[in-house]
Amino acid sequence: MLNNISFGQYYPSNSIIHRLDARFKLIITLGLIVIAFVATNFVSIGIVAVLVLVMMFVSQVPIKMYLKTFKSIWFFIVLTAVLNIFFIQGKTPLVSFWNIKIYSEGIEKAVFIAIRIFLLLIISSALTFTTTPTSLTDAIESLLKPLSKIGVNTHTFAMMMTIALRFIPTLIEETDKIMNAQKARGASMDEGSLIKKVKSVIPILIPLLASSIRRAYELADAMECRCYHGGEGRTRLNVMKSSVKDYIALVLFFVLIAVVVVCNIMF
Amino acid sequence: MAIIKTENLNYVYSAKTPFEMAALKNINIEIEKGDFVGIIGHTGSGKSTLVQNLNGLVKPTSGKIYFEGKDIWEDEKKIKDLRFKVGLVFQYPEYQLFDTTVESDIAFGPRNMGLSEHEIKQRVETAAFYVGLSDELLQKSPFDLSGGQKRRAALAGVLAMQPEVLILDEPTAGLDPIGRDTVLDRISKFRKESGTTVLLVSHSMEDVAKVADKVLVMNGGEAVMFDTVDKVYSHGEELHEMGLNIPHITKVIIGLRKKGFDLPKNIYTVDKAYKAVLDLFKKEGKIC
Repeated sequence: MLNNISFGQYYPSNSIIHRLDARFKLIITLGLIVIAFVATNFVSIGIVAVLVLVMMFVSQVPIKMYLKTFKSIWFFIVLTAVLNIFFIQGKTPLVSFWNIKIYSEGIEKAVFIAIRIFLLLIISSALTFTTTPTSLTDAIESLLKPLSKIGVNTHTFAMMMTIALRFIPTLIEETDKIMNAQKARGASMDEGSLIKKVKSVIPILIPLLASSIRRAYELADAMECRCYHGGEGRTRLNVMKSSVKDYIALVLFFVLIAVVVVCNIMF
Repeated sequence: MAIIKTENLNYVYSAKTPFEMAALKNINIEIEKGDFVGIIGHTGSGKSTLVQNLNGLVKPTSGKIYFEGKDIWEDEKKIKDLRFKVGLVFQYPEYQLFDTTVESDIAFGPRNMGLSEHEIKQRVETAAFYVGLSDELLQKSPFDLSGGQKRRAALAGVLAMQPEVLILDEPTAGLDPIGRDTVLDRISKFRKESGTTVLLVSHSMEDVAKVADKVLVMNGGEAVMFDTVDKVYSHGEELHEMGLNIPHITKVIIGLRKKGFDLPKNIYTVDKAYKAVLDLFKKEGKIC
């Protein structure tokens, strides 16, 4: 039932992007998102787009997976495009009827922003497709490390995120089971008035909450049994190692920034 | 007439995706009114999928299911009525408890049926009696009960709907021996007194041998055997090869038969084994 969400799913493969150090990938992804906003004309965003498309192919994730992510967001893209077409004003209107005027600037802006949203979506899903949730949180933890000097407990934060991500599929499965069990007792999920619908959620929500709390206690016990005591002096099973390819990726990324900035000024 | 009948029942999970998996393949079974059928098979053999099909929680990919001679999917809007007639108790049913008191939780099913308050109260009392929950426990929060009590409270929640067919999916899983025997005893007693048709899904052949009259054996999504307990259990070796945990005593008898002792095949309780061995001694004149 909830299995069709493809945004934020890991897709196992062994491409060069999969093998990049998660920390570098995270920085570059954030950087690319910034660049998508920095690029102000068609030439510079075109360069970013070409690079992102190349990245899509190199990642060895089927294009279908990327297309699926658009499903949830196409409405938003169309809406912003329509708003831009109608509300941006320029010098000479292309079409005018009633008191609605459409300017070429508006269309340009609409296309530009649509491209920008597409790029943002591809960039961020490329990260989650090619990086396991655990290495992603490891990367966040390691990048936030400097904050621990000023008293922020970065390890606990990262552990919380890992656990939360880990339990999403479990809870989906659990919800499915509880829904079936209540349906077998004649609960109706999607009929009746609004109040009835809200009421029908209670027999699902309460068992789900109860089992989440139970699971949390069990997990806490299990962690304590294995002598978990927080981040102090804890070593990793998979130590993150950066290699030449990570630095090459970073250098390429800086080159891209330079090119985009130059294009922004020149065109 | 059979109360439940399936005709070329097929069920496929995640059809038309790379994760496609056939869980049920051409199931043709007939269950008579008043039968007590044990459904056995090892993990992933399709037992749970089968019972969810029988009570209309999932729709078969192809094939038909008849309840009292009527196709259950003939009118999709009436599927809810079927769920009252074919009561399904899920695995670990205690996780479905949600209400403030045990009493109102048991009343959830009957209330969904639209019965009068008086009738609901009566049904709750009857169901609580069958599973052995005292009045005092009925007023407690379901979350304050012990594991075995929770299990019985959840069971009562389905019994209170007074279904014509009661399906139990692993009702004894995760219970201690006493809890297990209590639950099985209660189910037997309920069935004897109400004449309800019961399907009991289990992977414990010992449990099934204790209570059921007939056994349906599932393997790899197919119904491989469906006969009386006696006949099915005489295929002990085949069942063992399917990865089923046959009763210990059956294993002993299989071993003895291999050594050349002339013992009958259909032995699955210690009592029967005792008599058979004694008979053998008498026959060979070596009584000691």
